[in-house]
Amino acid sequence: MSVQINRRSFLRNTAAVAGGLLVGFRLTDGSLAADTPAAALKLNAFVHVGADDLVTLFIHKAEMGQGTVTSLSMLLAEELECDWKKIRTEFPGVNREYGPNQGVVGSASIRSSWESLRRAGASAREMLIQAAAQKWGVDKSACRAENNAVVNTSGNARLTYGSLAEAASKLPAPASVALKDPKDFRIVGKPTKRLDTPAKVNGSAIFGIDVQLPGMLYGVVARCRVFGGKVLHFDGSKARLTPGVKNVVQIPSGVAVLADNTWSAIEGRKALSIMWNEGPVASVSSRTISQTFADRVQQPGAVARKQGDGEAALAGAAKKVEAVYTTPYLAHAPMEPLNCVAHVRPDSCEVWASTQGQTAALNEAVRITGLKPENVKIHTQYMGGGFGRRARSDYIGEAVEVSKAAGVPVKLTWTREDDMQQDWYRPASYARFAGGLDADGWPLAWTARVACTPFGGGSRTAVEGVADIAYAIPHIQVEHHAVDPGIPVSYWRSVGYSQNTFFAESFLDELAAAGGKDPLELRRRLLANSPRLLAALELAAAKAGWGKPLPPGRGRGVALSNNIGSHTVQIAEVSVDRGKVRVHRVVCAVDCGHVVNPSGVEQQIKSGIVFGLSAALKGGITIDGGRVQQGNFHQYDVLRIDEMPAVEVYIVPSQNAPGGIGEASTPGIAPAVTNALFAATGKRVRRLPIRPEDLG
Amino acid sequence: MPAVKFTLNGKPQTVDVPPAMPLLWVLRDTLGMTGTKFGCGMALCGACTVHVNGQPMRSCATPISSIAGKTVTTIEGLSPDSTNPVQLAWIEADVPQCGYCQSGQIMTAVALLAKTARPTDADIDEALRNSICRCGTYDEIRRAIHRAAELKRAQGGAK
Repeated sequence: MSVQINRRSFLRNTAAVAGGLLVGFRLTDGSLAADTPAAALKLNAFVHVGADDLVTLFIHKAEMGQGTVTSLSMLLAEELECDWKKIRTEFPGVNREYGPNQGVVGSASIRSSWESLRRAGASAREMLIQAAAQKWGVDKSACRAENNAVVNTSGNARLTYGSLAEAASKLPAPASVALKDPKDFRIVGKPTKRLDTPAKVNGSAIFGIDVQLPGMLYGVVARCRVFGGKVLHFDGSKARLTPGVKNVVQIPSGVAVLADNTWSAIEGRKALSIMWNEGPVASVSSRTISQTFADRVQQPGAVARKQGDGEAALAGAAKKVEAVYTTPYLAHAPMEPLNCVAHVRPDSCEVWASTQGQTAALNEAVRITGLKPENVKIHTQYMGGGFGRRARSDYIGEAVEVSKAAGVPVKLTWTREDDMQQDWYRPASYARFAGGLDADGWPLAWTARVACTPFGGGSRTAVEGVADIAYAIPHIQVEHHAVDPGIPVSYWRSVGYSQNTFFAESFLDELAAAGGKDPLELRRRLLANSPRLLAALELAAAKAGWGKPLPPGRGRGVALSNNIGSHTVQIAEVSVDRGKVRVHRVVCAVDCGHVVNPSGVEQQIKSGIVFGLSAALKGGITIDGGRVQQGNFHQYDVLRIDEMPAVEVYIVPSQNAPGGIGEASTPGIAPAVTNALFAATGKRVRRLPIRPEDLG
Repeated sequence: MPAVKFTLNGKPQTVDVPPAMPLLWVLRDTLGMTGTKFGCGMALCGACTVHVNGQPMRSCATPISSIAGKTVTTIEGLSPDSTNPVQLAWIEADVPQCGYCQSGQIMTAVALLAKTARPTDADIDEALRNSICRCGTYDEIRRAIHRAAELKRAQGGAK
């Protein structure tokens, strides 16, 4: 395969790309390299090679646990023909060379880099080969790259990448490069250990919250507990008397207390006296929001999908099934609470942040400081979880505001309560379904009205998972109502699918039960035109032993999802013990197209299941008086080690273009579990989280 | 306020901070040792776990005044070269994803193995159930603890 290179993306740039706080680094074999690597020569934006033969790969995305550093390195290294043990990785700054919007959202890292990074690796390889050919005075065709060196195939001569780096860096990038046939891959497709593991078992990995600067002050911000509330006036005099407190400054979102350590800042914040204008959201509660949803779905909504004539088909159906489903607001609760380090100077600004949105962070700093983008630098740090929360830049803007106001470098930390009570939540949602069956019990009509708060423009996030079902049902009508009660909402791992797949896969099970059909058999029939989902369904069914007897009290449930370009089927086995749901086993079959790192796929499938299961069994943010009622993990519990089901992951072999994986398994786990609960108990769970009273 | 003296990762340490200041923030902000993580501030999540006189303690809820004269071990002091059996097993099982909770998980696992050479799954549940991982690495944690127990016994046998 020969691919035209976009020459603009390989514009030569001799300026050093700034990395994070580099304090020594570990090679992939675990040995510690020198504190400062030899000056690496730039072959392109992604590949630098040092005279010491070390290869630096620039990872333009960010790492929140999803394995991007490793998988993107695999793509580069595959074509570069470098020694995996000689690579090191670095997060570069924000640069147009890396695209117009650097960040990690929508499980898109592999999808957007699958070709471009292989091309970057191949381009660098060709430059190294060209440099060797020139040294030897032979044609390029007589040279081959292997294991961090170029070999002269007409003799035994061999030149290491390190010895070729300088000459190669002066060559133009080739106009086109040939990419390997996937059957020749040595790295891509092989289970590969994470590059970031060694630093994450000895405390040396630097997360955003770990960044330290000379002269830095530690801050926390007092914000209005009611969303949208503003400071009317405040008195910081007592806070200033708190030992360790150095300064108190007002910023648009509240009042910041700065101290010589985080704890003193928190103590100082307790001593603030603030009068708030709480604004209109103060009258909002979960009860009023639910009532609004219920009222709105009585009326026709905006049509998101219309196929055939749902209303008429319902009227003429042999059997009609109706159900209402609800899901709550959810917090992200990443283990690393939000934080950001910023240093605003008169002529420049630097930000050190664990962020999913590097370009957005840059734009936010530019907006607040009024500086030119080239004078603002974003240092990407490891994230202690993101799950969509770190795609927002509010916490970055706050740190920039505080540093600008205080004139010193500042580390702003959110307490767990700040993090949970000032989130941009997964929206609460309410869905009313009506379905019709024909005389043989097969689905004829699928209609739904969804009420929730869409975001990101348009209605997609409100209806994805309900409107775009793959099932071949003749008549479909999905409508939605946009309701905005003033609670901030945003991306949460798998976005609209996180609630809508629960709705849709539960309701499909209800149609199966009403029509006297086996839930798996019904899906099989309705997926006749969706071969990839069907293959995943068959694989999951075979591995789970669908139809085989289970111990008394146990039930099996199936659910599928079709998001981020991947196709996932889950079968859960559950039982109920004195009102407590026990998930024993989850079998997950996934077709995510061409797999880069099978170990990474397995990790992410398990991770997505734990995330979705936490929400299904325990998650719920409630509002009273415009305030979030939960503050810490005793009020917003998550799955623990003793509740972890046995998860089996099966990958459907595929040569299709890669799909996403970080969000693939989160949507399907809740309905797989509630459908299994129906099989075990006969009780249909129509609201999350699952409550003992709904099973009694 | 009187200075607090204690032993940190085998070396004498003196800090002059408010007596109520939690050990977590003394480690992170006063001493710049950031391997110990802030997760909840209420001893609910386990991310800040360190050893005090060999026992696992939530440093976010441990006032520095209570540490006077005691011995504290953090993730940085577990081994000079990541060769504690638990660290070796963690690398072998490729446990971490985001990695943020792992210092606390590892310190909790080391304390478990110090007390229980052959932990059962139930022992692991009991010791680790208050250490939260949002990435869901629980399977790998369990596997790594069993493996670390093997490595530790093998080391013991070699001595």
